[in-house]
Amino acid sequence: MQEHDHNHGAHAPIMNKQDPSKYEKRAWAIQSLLVEKGVVSADEVRRAIEDMDSRTPALGAKVVAHAWVDSAFKARLLADAKSACAELGIDTGALAALVAVENTEAVHNVVVCTLCSCYPRAILGLPPDWYKSLNYRSRVVNDPRGVLKEFGLELEPEVEVRVYDSTADMRYLVIPARPAGTEEMSEEALAQLVTRDSMIGVAKARTDLP
Amino acid sequence: MVAKFNPGDKVRVRIGMPPTHFRTPNYIQGKVGKIATVHGQFRNPESLAHGDDGLPKQFLYLVRFEQTEVWKPYTDSPKDTLFIDIYEHWLEPAYPN
Repeated sequence: MQEHDHNHGAHAPIMNKQDPSKYEKRAWAIQSLLVEKGVVSADEVRRAIEDMDSRTPALGAKVVAHAWVDSAFKARLLADAKSACAELGIDTGALAALVAVENTEAVHNVVVCTLCSCYPRAILGLPPDWYKSLNYRSRVVNDPRGVLKEFGLELEPEVEVRVYDSTADMRYLVIPARPAGTEEMSEEALAQLVTRDSMIGVAKARTDLP
Repeated sequence: MVAKFNPGDKVRVRIGMPPTHFRTPNYIQGKVGKIATVHGQFRNPESLAHGDDGLPKQFLYLVRFEQTEVWKPYTDSPKDTLFIDIYEHWLEPAYPN
């Protein structure tokens, strides 16, 4: 072992802030057992976490921007979102089915999972904290317009606000409407207008580049 | 296996609280809606989540509800809707169809 003689300067010892929760302990115990029994390897667990962490809303934005510029692709996306994502080289995993729904002048879709936090993680990454909050989950189903207003989105009464409660095997991706005046933009630039929140349905797409 | 319901069919959501991992929210139980889409067959989470095989597979439907039918009163736009995925064994025909 090397001598520990380099200069750290003064700092507090690095320690856990608190003991792991009951569920963390249980998860660790289960993982240890699975590894010990050879069901999964620690490297497989690591790779799965690495893959999950690599998923970001940029994947969904790429899909939406392509749908904006290619109407035939959009039709395929609406018919079978998993296959359409695969066309763009995006693997949406084997677990849940993916459904894309389109926001138009007449219909505004917004997604929630009232029972837990189902979310199209394969193309949006981890859900934001508010998506998992009891506040959002309990209120967006019975006061969608009030909740959207809190997000800064006010919709005309003529627009049908359609709340998707993803209770089961389906994961929903909202295709926000393409903003007016973006006809000249490249697909790569358009993708920057497609935000995470616009793909959940609590916002519209950006109208200008960040 | 053939799906019991078709798009457009009027259905009522059953009421119940089984001691399993059921995926039918309480707020929609007893409400009447219309089948929007037949998603296909999926393993039943009420057995799958408890270490069983989830078989036989169950048909899963996307059901459309009018917000004004779900919440009394719902004072926002009468156009507003709720779309929820519900397994076949939680649905029964609603009459008149």
